[in-house]
Amino acid sequence: MLIIDNLHAEVDGKPILKGLSLTVNAGEVHAIMGPNGAGKSTLSYVLAGRDGYAVTGGSVTFRGEDLLAKEPHERAAAGLFLGLQYPVEIPGVSNLLFLRTALNAQRTLRGEPEVSGAEFMKLAKAAAEKLGLPFDMMKRAVNQGFSGGEKKRNEMVQMHVLKPWLAVLDETDSGLDIDALRVVSEGINAMRSPDHATLLITHYQRLLDYVVPDHIHVLMDGRIVHSGGADLAHKLEAEGYSAIAA
Amino acid sequence: MSALPTRRDEAFRYSDLAAVARHWPVAVEPVVVPAGETHADLIVTTADSPVIRHLAINVGAGAACRYTIIDGGRDYGRIALDVTLHDGADFQLGCVLIGSATQTIELVTTVRHIGPNATSRQIVRAVAGGAATTTYLGQVAVAREGQKTDSSQSFKAILLNRGATANAKPELEIFADDVKCAHGAAIGELDKDALFYMTSRGVPKPQARGLLTRAFLSDALDGLDEAAVETLDAVITARLEAAA
Repeated sequence: MLIIDNLHAEVDGKPILKGLSLTVNAGEVHAIMGPNGAGKSTLSYVLAGRDGYAVTGGSVTFRGEDLLAKEPHERAAAGLFLGLQYPVEIPGVSNLLFLRTALNAQRTLRGEPEVSGAEFMKLAKAAAEKLGLPFDMMKRAVNQGFSGGEKKRNEMVQMHVLKPWLAVLDETDSGLDIDALRVVSEGINAMRSPDHATLLITHYQRLLDYVVPDHIHVLMDGRIVHSGGADLAHKLEAEGYSAIAA
Repeated sequence: MSALPTRRDEAFRYSDLAAVARHWPVAVEPVVVPAGETHADLIVTTADSPVIRHLAINVGAGAACRYTIIDGGRDYGRIALDVTLHDGADFQLGCVLIGSATQTIELVTTVRHIGPNATSRQIVRAVAGGAATTTYLGQVAVAREGQKTDSSQSFKAILLNRGATANAKPELEIFADDVKCAHGAAIGELDKDALFYMTSRGVPKPQARGLLTRAFLSDALDGLDEAAVETLDAVITARLEAAA
């Protein structure tokens, strides 16, 4: 699904990723943990193709294609979804308009027919219901006035409607209370299937109690320094990153 | 108002003076809204519209007047509104200025509250692309008799690229002591975070910019019915594409 090979990237001329390699297969859930400044968010932005994140070496292959050669919207159409730590508010653009525009733009790029208004409403309603987001909120401007938890639920709603092959979720658990964390975790778990993969980027092991990953990687100073199974999370929590890396 | 304006005239500081000279003098068009009555007007300019318009709008006691203006689509355009509000009169303005290429689009408003209890609400949104210039000069003047005036004026402009210009000059002149006058002016760019967010969800960049720009303008169309907005949208969308 995703093969990251010796990836180097910099921001404002400062090297952040320094030879990161990682392979995520279909059906797997991987978690990347690491201290502040390790390069976790940089990795997610590099994968999504954000301006200002310059790749200086290495490669990323996504479903057999060179991901780095694609524009951000083409990466989305290819099946990559980036769940943001701080979902953006967009005044004046409703959630429904935004999501339908995104879905149909992706479908058009893939050579699939657009979904009709009625079909789309059905998809959006079902996703909102499953993730506990009142449907009325979908009619409001994107994330405007949403609480932290509502924004994250909205990210999950978008993910469920867009149905990506790979979801990269950057600190999706930050700012969530226990109830919201449970709903969001269920949203992530509901996407688990032999065809899909998830890459969780997180600070804390808390989320990993609900979404149990197949593999956990420790990211420090721009590289994966240690990998293990689900039990690694608790060890990290108990002993800290530096003890593991040493 | 017959002498040809120069750069020293404050109201023409940012004008395309060569274009002004070609179309000078300009006849003032009187608009009278009699006491207690309601008047609504829509101005959508095209390349064939009068280049400069100067309207003197007199809104009688208790009368209400609303102007919706979509200006753009021409090399130079200037609309000046001189509004006089009597006791309890209401004036509403929603205006969209869109400039592309080397266009210069100007809106100049003077709203005079000469009687008590009058209200005015002006929302002006400008988008400038290419090497275009959009200008808004807006004065609100409250006379000594204008007690309990409630007035608001909001101007926001977005520059779609570095060659574009937006000028704003909001001005308040208040001689009454019991008034509410709010005004704000801001000039900026499209929100980069929002653009990235939209593209990362699959919306191509030009489409994302279009959606954000259109959303930015929507305040100026507040209060219009859906059918009217839909009609205006066709013009707005075409102009935004030209400016993008």
